[in-house]
Amino acid sequence: MNRFEQTLRKILSNRALVNLLATLIAIIIGISIGFVIMLIARPQQATSGIRFLFGSWLSTNTPTRIGNWLYYATSLIVMGLAVAFAFKTGLFNIGATGQYTVGLFAALYVGIAWTGLGRFQWVVGLIMASLAGGFWGFFPGFLKSRFKVHEVISSIMFNYIGMYLVNFLISNIKNASGQLLLFDHSYGRTYKVATSAFIPRSFFGIDLSSIFPGSEIDIGIILAILLSVLVYFVLYRTKFGFELRACGFNRHAAQYSGINENRSITLAMIISGALAGFGGGLFILAGRVSNVGNIYKIVDVLLPEGFQGISVALLALSNPFGIVFAGLFISFIQRGGFYMQTLIKNEIVDIIVAVIIYTSAISLIFQTRIANWLLKTRSEKKKRGK
Amino acid sequence: MIPVIEMSNITKRFPGIIANDDISISLEKGEIHALLGENGAGKSTLVSILFGMYKPESGTIKKNGQIVNIKNPNDANELGIGMVHQHFKLVDVFTVLDNILLGFEPTKLGFINRKKAAAHIQALSNRYGLAVDLKAKIEDISVGMQQRVEILKMLYRNNEILIFDEPTAVLTPQEIVELIKIMKGLVKEGKSILFISHKLNEIMAVANRVTVLRKGKHIGTVNVKDTNKEQLSTMMVGRTVEFAVNKKPIETGEVALEVKNLNYTDPKTHKHILKNVSFSVRKGEILGIAGIEGNGQSELAYTITGLMRASSGHILLNGQPLERRSIRYRNDNGLSHIPEDRHKYGLILDYPLSYNLLLKKYHRKPFTKYGLINYRAMSKYSEKLIELFDVRTSQGAATISRSMSGGNQQKAIIAREIDVDSDVLIAVQLTRGLDVGAIEYIYKRIVEQRDRGKAVLLISLELDEVLDLSDRINVIYEGEIVTELDPKKTNPTEIGLYMAGSNSQRKHLDEANKQS
Repeated sequence: MNRFEQTLRKILSNRALVNLLATLIAIIIGISIGFVIMLIARPQQATSGIRFLFGSWLSTNTPTRIGNWLYYATSLIVMGLAVAFAFKTGLFNIGATGQYTVGLFAALYVGIAWTGLGRFQWVVGLIMASLAGGFWGFFPGFLKSRFKVHEVISSIMFNYIGMYLVNFLISNIKNASGQLLLFDHSYGRTYKVATSAFIPRSFFGIDLSSIFPGSEIDIGIILAILLSVLVYFVLYRTKFGFELRACGFNRHAAQYSGINENRSITLAMIISGALAGFGGGLFILAGRVSNVGNIYKIVDVLLPEGFQGISVALLALSNPFGIVFAGLFISFIQRGGFYMQTLIKNEIVDIIVAVIIYTSAISLIFQTRIANWLLKTRSEKKKRGK
Repeated sequence: MIPVIEMSNITKRFPGIIANDDISISLEKGEIHALLGENGAGKSTLVSILFGMYKPESGTIKKNGQIVNIKNPNDANELGIGMVHQHFKLVDVFTVLDNILLGFEPTKLGFINRKKAAAHIQALSNRYGLAVDLKAKIEDISVGMQQRVEILKMLYRNNEILIFDEPTAVLTPQEIVELIKIMKGLVKEGKSILFISHKLNEIMAVANRVTVLRKGKHIGTVNVKDTNKEQLSTMMVGRTVEFAVNKKPIETGEVALEVKNLNYTDPKTHKHILKNVSFSVRKGEILGIAGIEGNGQSELAYTITGLMRASSGHILLNGQPLERRSIRYRNDNGLSHIPEDRHKYGLILDYPLSYNLLLKKYHRKPFTKYGLINYRAMSKYSEKLIELFDVRTSQGAATISRSMSGGNQQKAIIAREIDVDSDVLIAVQLTRGLDVGAIEYIYKRIVEQRDRGKAVLLISLELDEVLDLSDRINVIYEGEIVTELDPKKTNPTEIGLYMAGSNSQRKHLDEANKQS
């Protein structure tokens, strides 16, 4: 075996590196395909369109746009963590959207009704959002561990149950004087939360709103990054995480070793749900530019955040730190797509993300095929050299 | 004479290993050519290449002197090459006839002409002595008959070159004798057979020539009549192998594990799988449970270890009832389990070796403190076990278990289960798929446990294993313990009859009842 082969083999045996490589290749393929579609649809605008995706939108108004990029990445990261946590236990939490919605509702309620909490209102809001999301994650987890109901089926159902329940509650909860507490009839949407419930914009003296003036940013992005550290710690440093991952890799062997598999499944779904609920809380408590806040519209459609979380988790191969980067990346090209809209429809971004996910999912094929191909061309060249 | 098949200088690589390194082999017309080698020697890869499932990097295949290019199993089929896989490729809910026709249906205007085909297959079956019931469904017939169906499948497709991949692994001693007869009949009729095995007795009984492979290399090809078992095993392993198991005279202590009237009914199929099973194992003895696959052995192990819940009956560990206890309790209080399926239960293949070596201890100090895992303590402890049990790895404790060979994976499981220092060791299918060298080592370790005063319950489908290791033998048939035998006073034929149910007392009683 010559040295080239040896180094190649060494690289290919390093799983983390191969995964990263596969992801990068997937991104290149995704963007290339996006470019081809742009060329077909709008040949004149394609090159400037692709420049947008690569970040030309950042050249004007840079600090504001970076701030917005980070703001929109926050929910992607948190939802990615929620889905990934379940993935690591071998569960597919397709119900993150429902848990997000339920969490959003809890935070909305706290943000409007519990104004007496003062500066802790947003903290309590986020805690209640997490509890509500965790409560909503409990059901599919329990159904799976107790009755072997597949979590994909039950969590899809709980998406709808959650959405309709929240819609019902919002349009029916009244205050003491008999008026609707949360729902603003004249606009067909909820009220925004009290200004006192907004998530702060400065974090231990770091004022994000002055670093990124005029942007939507709040400390949600910092909380999201801290959350990724926490998720990493739980999964990789605790006995609990060791057991969860054991269940994820091989439920039978986990059971054999004495791990209470049913308990692990239920807890993993609760935690995954709590993370998703936290994401919902971050959304509804966000102050945004000049405190316009966020609202929730009562339309009978599932929110997209949970599904975007699946994309993020897949792209990052469920690695908690990878999720931070995957969330930032997807947010980056989504922002590009947003500013590109005058040239080309920004749905192209959805196509690109979808292609990337598909391609990165077949990372294993890259691993063997590319290795073989590299080794082959190399030995053919050598033969010809002789 | 030109050989029917000639494979020359075959080389096949997989990422990280060379499965076949410049191997040449020839198959004469009318011969049984055995391919002998340990696991991972490259036997299966070589025949897979011949059958068109893999493409070699270099080398040529000639049939009757003509170079052929076999790209897939269909090509192989057209060249008259057929294969009986170790795990049969049959559709359970189809009849025997339909399975034989599958993929090769004689049609008329789109309709299958079963009548004509059945007559043809019946003729083949008579000619080669392959008794089958064409109308029976696969799920209802014995494993031996399923194998005959596979052979008929090849004959129906007019295959001249027949590959048998470890055909005896699933058979009883009686069925093996039958198969050997069939194989000899086939070559007499002009067929040629390539026969993969790691069992020396069978090769000596049936083959004309043997090719030995070791670690992907061709070690040699010898005539069976010019060689003996010792020479073959030395060629296969690369050193001399001790066949006999050395055991000290038995010194039993008190009963460690007792099973009383254990019953298990499958909750889905409502099949009564274990029927009033009772036995006890004393400290310092090995109790062997012999039986044909699927007679309740797996369920017996799983109910004792807690992976399945017994329907009724008692399991006592040192006198304490276990049947309502959790798996963790059983593990922590003196039950070790070497599971039959090491990939499903025994290991978390994507975890590093160190995690797997501590799968039964990770929750205790010093590996877990205040709920946090101490990975350093884990790898340090594992390194010791790896050395003590001679587990071969590429990266020590950090090796991903999936990348290890089967033999070393099994060694790791044994290391873990012995390390917990339990009073009772339940060993199921200890050596499935392992090579002679590893088996020798594992037997030594198991006997060592017995000599240290542990109670060992050995459940195995390998009759030789049960005979060599056990101090007492219980035979299980259709979920019942049908007899207890003394390994020193019995022989494979007698056990085989019990295993097949024909010697069982129950049957005798049934027959007596019928007559009266």
